[in-house]
Amino acid sequence: MKNSVEVKKLSFNYGKLEILKNLDLNIQDGEFMVLLGPSGCGKTTLLNCIAGLLDLNEGQIWIENDNVTWKEPKDRHIGMVFQSYALYPSMTVEKNLSFGLRMMNVNKGIIQEKIKKASELLQIGDLLHRKPSQLSGGQRQRVAIGRALVRDAKVFLFDEPLSNLDAKLRAELRYEIKKLHRDLGNTMIYVTHDQIEAMTLADRIAVMKNGVIQQLDSPKQIYNKPANLFVADFIGSPGMNFFNGKYNKEENSFSFNNSNISLENYEFENQPEDTSSIVLGIRPEDILLNKSANSTEFKIELIEPMGADTLIWLSFENVPFSVRLEGSSNYKLGDLIHLEFNIKRASLFDKKSEKRI
Amino acid sequence: MSLSSLSIEPSGSKPKHLTIGRIGLYCFILICALFFLMPLYVMIVTSLKDMDEIRSGNLLYIPKTLSFYAWPKAWSEACTGFVCEGLKPGLINSIKITVPSVIVSVSLGALNGYALAFWRFKGAYLFFGLCLFGAFIPYQVMVYPLLKIESAIGIYSSLPGIILVHTIFGMPILTLIFRNFYASLPIDLFKAARIDGGNFLKIFFYVIIPMSTPITIVAVILQVTGIWNDFLLGLVFAGRDNQPMTVQLNNIVQVDFGVAEYNVDMAATILTSMIPLAVYFISGRWFVRGIAAGAIKG
Repeated sequence: MKNSVEVKKLSFNYGKLEILKNLDLNIQDGEFMVLLGPSGCGKTTLLNCIAGLLDLNEGQIWIENDNVTWKEPKDRHIGMVFQSYALYPSMTVEKNLSFGLRMMNVNKGIIQEKIKKASELLQIGDLLHRKPSQLSGGQRQRVAIGRALVRDAKVFLFDEPLSNLDAKLRAELRYEIKKLHRDLGNTMIYVTHDQIEAMTLADRIAVMKNGVIQQLDSPKQIYNKPANLFVADFIGSPGMNFFNGKYNKEENSFSFNNSNISLENYEFENQPEDTSSIVLGIRPEDILLNKSANSTEFKIELIEPMGADTLIWLSFENVPFSVRLEGSSNYKLGDLIHLEFNIKRASLFDKKSEKRI
Repeated sequence: MSLSSLSIEPSGSKPKHLTIGRIGLYCFILICALFFLMPLYVMIVTSLKDMDEIRSGNLLYIPKTLSFYAWPKAWSEACTGFVCEGLKPGLINSIKITVPSVIVSVSLGALNGYALAFWRFKGAYLFFGLCLFGAFIPYQVMVYPLLKIESAIGIYSSLPGIILVHTIFGMPILTLIFRNFYASLPIDLFKAARIDGGNFLKIFFYVIIPMSTPITIVAVILQVTGIWNDFLLGLVFAGRDNQPMTVQLNNIVQVDFGVAEYNVDMAATILTSMIPLAVYFISGRWFVRGIAAGAIKG
């Protein structure tokens, strides 16, 4: 499959501060790529470099087999949607949509046709004569998406488009964006710090930290096999439980204070040395209720009901951890329950390098 | 029965009491207003008295007999130096100077502010710093060098000459207020416009100018009053044929021979200050809004 966007050895400095370091990223034609990371990780900077809104210091940007590194944003065949919507406040919705085409001196009939098509697709036909100030947040973001649509952009860039919306609208527009991608099949690059958005929308996610891509993989792979401690900790809500311990080679087990957990079922990528410090990471849903012999008894310390499921907090050798149970489960504070760690689905990391082992 | 049980239980909107502090505050405001209105009152009253009554010395009294002759005299007969045509030609000159100066300086100030706020070229901060610096230099310092420059290029003592001078002296402060206003606009708008294919001027005309109404009104008020009230630059640069109203007013008031006609002086002064007064009254709402917006966002 051919690449739609290629970022080659990109470096970007802001004064003396290095934001992006020698970054490579290939995005395939029609792919939905999500750049995910905490604030300040460089994801928006990367997007702005791709858009041509920031001058990069080193490296190249290729869009549709065309080296656009020195090209103006308007010549890059891109459309961009911003967190703040960035609608021109003095223009009506219709003028907002047609602005780009009018700047390119496109024939009026064609403009009308394109606006009609885009407004039907986004269900904003009734709003064409309103000013942005008369629209709700969700409607504004639809118009902003429409503005990218009418330009026939090859690549869509989204800069945290849903972050200003309330939870319900966010879910609604997330669905719309996913549908849009299904129907249009354009390449889309989407920046967010919201892991739910990343998981639901992406074909592939690039998890970033300090200007470096930590892991680039499918949402499933990133959730189940995080490449390092940062990714494991960042992805998942409620977060992964971590236990710091040592590897016992003789018994192939994880020794943690006075306890031992067998690692027989764990698929090692590379076997650690004896007594090396390792971190066991296990998601709240991978700790199971079990009354068999190798289960352990714990006391419930806190209960967080979340509707669909219930999160309970317990302690293992004085380290608090959480377990996800069904929403219908009926436990009380202080109850004793038997739990077993599903080691097959756990993750082990080297304490020093923080990499998956 | 204890005292506390007598008081009303708090419910609904809190009752407003006129406290002594409040009364004191209102009194203070009233006195301030009267203090600042006093000169205006004296001017109006004096302009409506005849010279005999003025000489009798009761400055604050209302006129015993109303006499209006001072006003037409100030307007069209008072002597400004050797000619005796009143302030009328001065008004026309002032308009001829103010209107183009305001248009040119505000347009350029907006363009400068836009470039500084959005197109951050190398050295933009240094340039902005110099602008700030320029806004605080007393312009008397630059009068003589400017005079030499203007006479060298041959526009000294002419209408274009005075317009150029006003434009130059308006530039630092106008650039400053426009830059600060534009810096408060979301940068994403500018980014979106760049992706939509706007270049430097297209973005300015189609996206930025339509959003500049409040700050433009502030800038216009600032410039109209500033240029209208200017005396020194008009005296030095405008030339004999284009002397603005302020210079002619000075000529009426500063008589070297004959009698000082205070009623005519007062009428002439009020006539001269009519335009800035009108500007403040008509646009006061906008003026406050613009200043407030600048204060919060700038």
